[in-house]
Amino acid sequence: MAHGSKLMALNSQRMSILLPTGQPRIESMRMINITKRFPGVLANDKVNFDVKAGEIHALLGENGAGKSTLMRQLGGLYRPDGGEIHLDGKPVQFKSPADSIQRGIGMIHQHFMLVPTLTVAENVALGLPSSRGLQLDLDKVSQKIEKLAQRYGLKIHPDAYVWQLSVGEQQRVEIMKALYRGAALLALDEPTAVLTPQEVDDLFKVLRGMAADGHALIFISHKLHEIIDISHRVTVMRDSKVVATHPTAGSTKTQLAREMVGREVILQYDKTPYKPGAAMLRIEDLVVMGDRGQKAVHDVSLIVREGEIFGIAGVSGNGQRELAEALTGLRPVQTGRVVVAGQELTHAKPAQRIAAGQSAIPEERMREGVVKEFSVSENLILQDHGHEPYSRNIFLNFDAIAKESKRLIDEFRVKTPSAETPIKNLSGGNIQKVIMAREINRKPRVLICAQPTRGVDIGASEYIHQRLLEQRSAGTATLLISEDLDELLALSDRIAVMFDGKIMSIIDRDKATVERLGLLMAGVKA
Amino acid sequence: MSQVRRIVNTSFETLLPVVGVIVALIIGAFMLLALGANPITAYGALIEGAFGSQYSFMQTLVKATPLLLVGLGVCIAFRGGVINIGGEGQIIVGGLGATAIALALPNLPGVLLLPLALIAGIISGAIWGGIPGVLKARLGVNEILTTIMMNAIAQQLSNFLLRGPMIDPKEVLAKTYLPQSAQVPEQAWLMRLLPPTLLHLGTILAVVLAIGVFVFLWRTIIGYRIRAVGLNPSAAKYAGINVPTYQALALVLGGAFAGLAGAVEVLGVSHRMLDGVSGGYGFSGIVTALFGKLHPLGSIPASVLFGSLLVGADKMQRAVQVPASLIQVLLGLVVIFVVSSDIWVRRRASKRQTNG
Repeated sequence: MAHGSKLMALNSQRMSILLPTGQPRIESMRMINITKRFPGVLANDKVNFDVKAGEIHALLGENGAGKSTLMRQLGGLYRPDGGEIHLDGKPVQFKSPADSIQRGIGMIHQHFMLVPTLTVAENVALGLPSSRGLQLDLDKVSQKIEKLAQRYGLKIHPDAYVWQLSVGEQQRVEIMKALYRGAALLALDEPTAVLTPQEVDDLFKVLRGMAADGHALIFISHKLHEIIDISHRVTVMRDSKVVATHPTAGSTKTQLAREMVGREVILQYDKTPYKPGAAMLRIEDLVVMGDRGQKAVHDVSLIVREGEIFGIAGVSGNGQRELAEALTGLRPVQTGRVVVAGQELTHAKPAQRIAAGQSAIPEERMREGVVKEFSVSENLILQDHGHEPYSRNIFLNFDAIAKESKRLIDEFRVKTPSAETPIKNLSGGNIQKVIMAREINRKPRVLICAQPTRGVDIGASEYIHQRLLEQRSAGTATLLISEDLDELLALSDRIAVMFDGKIMSIIDRDKATVERLGLLMAGVKA
Repeated sequence: MSQVRRIVNTSFETLLPVVGVIVALIIGAFMLLALGANPITAYGALIEGAFGSQYSFMQTLVKATPLLLVGLGVCIAFRGGVINIGGEGQIIVGGLGATAIALALPNLPGVLLLPLALIAGIISGAIWGGIPGVLKARLGVNEILTTIMMNAIAQQLSNFLLRGPMIDPKEVLAKTYLPQSAQVPEQAWLMRLLPPTLLHLGTILAVVLAIGVFVFLWRTIIGYRIRAVGLNPSAAKYAGINVPTYQALALVLGGAFAGLAGAVEVLGVSHRMLDGVSGGYGFSGIVTALFGKLHPLGSIPASVLFGSLLVGADKMQRAVQVPASLIQVLLGLVVIFVVSSDIWVRRRASKRQTNG
């Protein structure tokens, strides 16, 4: 590779301008009339998309609109059924991901492909031949990483172990991997989904720097303000087709949302007046241990009242996950108390909490929220199958299950071919709606809700938010744990910021601003 | 268009196990050649031995019975996400339990003694499966290891009992000391259905139980929980299902079915506890269940197929002078091909899925 890239560099010096990484630029990439079919689904319908060197081109669309399918064809994971891909005006075919990488295309996936037990340098070098044959050349790799890191403002240490890194840092390692492999065009699939506002700013600085250096960048997202902030042009996809391509400058969030969803979208909700009732969830001096034996939740006390949405903000990994797990009975409580609707449930099992009127929407939807091989209706009865109307004596009552499933699917507007479809065939947003339907149908007094709209498209997010506000009007006490500040600000009545397992401060909604929350999330007491 | 494709896909996926068998037989043919035997003669004898006459076909069904019973237990255990390799030991203790009860109460009428003996077999097997189950639920001990170890314990227990406390007094008198128990009272035997063939009531019992297991797994609360725990223990736990309890239960039920297989072998075929009553059914039963796609009803044809291979193997051995254990090799090959083709189908299916 090192040898090969030198040769390539020599060749291309004569032909084109080089990037700081020593790679030739990709002056233009065009996807023309790309069509991709899967059995029963037309995933891309004559899609046209292009990006130029020095440009950040945003690809906007709801889940299932065909964005990822399009990018997988660029990355060599799928082959188009129709249409052509041109690099610098010449048609090319990517037979495999290796083929695509070799031509200077880099993909940053939503789920990182890193080995946690290896160092950054080892991860970057993984799969590449060493310049010393059988002997490792990690010192050289580290040097090159440091050079690239400096050039692009990617703050990473080559000798750090990946498991020690935050999500934001791991993402930088992925970008480094792509740059190291000579990516001239970089496609990032929802790169901000897991980042804090500050980390998003850092990422954007890196991306702007790369564009200025002549990289071509594709930025996939459904967060409208980010697209307006970072991109030069935006292409909107809906139902497998491109519905619009235009310069970002001058676009508004409302306009982009309309293009993406195909109808007017509410970006601000009407909330009924805040009338908190009795304390439904009472947490007192809670201490919970983390996976590595540290105090992940450190003396947390809070009260959530009837008819209130209590938001918890914080950078991922500051104890929110452990707090939610302790409240749902998945993680033991060290000291402190948890009282739900007057019932002491500090050490209760999940079943006792459910019986006490607590519902929960788990952060890890696919792992803890659903059994993915089960049908939609089987998933709808995951908690309540043991009693009427879903079962009688020892037998499940399929008539009642079918009837209730149909009602919930209609009421929550779950898009599914039938109630018997395995839930894994549904989109993320629809899976989340199934979970919401199940948890809300139980008429909970307390709702623990973790990252309810992470990875969920805007249409479904909007719907989920409205259902949460409906629950608030109905008197449910909701604990909303989220990393999405927009979501917290739109829904919460009070917001607590968690940092390092402790609550930094509890702020009333009308006194909360993104800046103030951002500072608290970074551990700065205001 | 997509309808047609779906039908083609489904029938293709159903036929895959058959393809697996054919490929295994082709490879087996080369092994036969290497052993100096004519594969056509050998397979001819195999089919002749398994299906050639009413007697041989009934013999196939007799062999299929314990395979089906063990396979049903394996279905439940695997659906619950636990792996039961302890069929052999569970069959042995099931046979011992049934024999002990039948011999201890020789004066009871058959309507009582037969069910009691069967239940004794079920309970013995359930205990043998339950010990690994409790160890897993309480201490997280790997059930694959413990069920295998329980096999050895059962084997030694049987060795001790059949050479000591439970040995047939006639063997002692005759000074032959064969390790076997006395014959169980005749009223405890499972009825022969088509004398002189060995086909007995146990076969019908096994088929009825297969339907019962299907209803249990897909129509009852407990079956639903076992499947939920097997497919996604995290989600099951989140939903308030006690995961270790249902894993242990799946192992208990797996043991109960194997124990019943042992009881049925004693009460239906040998009429006494023999050394080696398990006859490899504990392992072949796993193969049967896998071949039946871990579906209780799929296990019925699978058990007949493997029963026929076992019966036909004897005939093949006599016809072409190859070891009957070659059949075990064939069984192994079938499993490899069926399981790997299954993984291949699933990969193909997941590739076809769209993801945005």
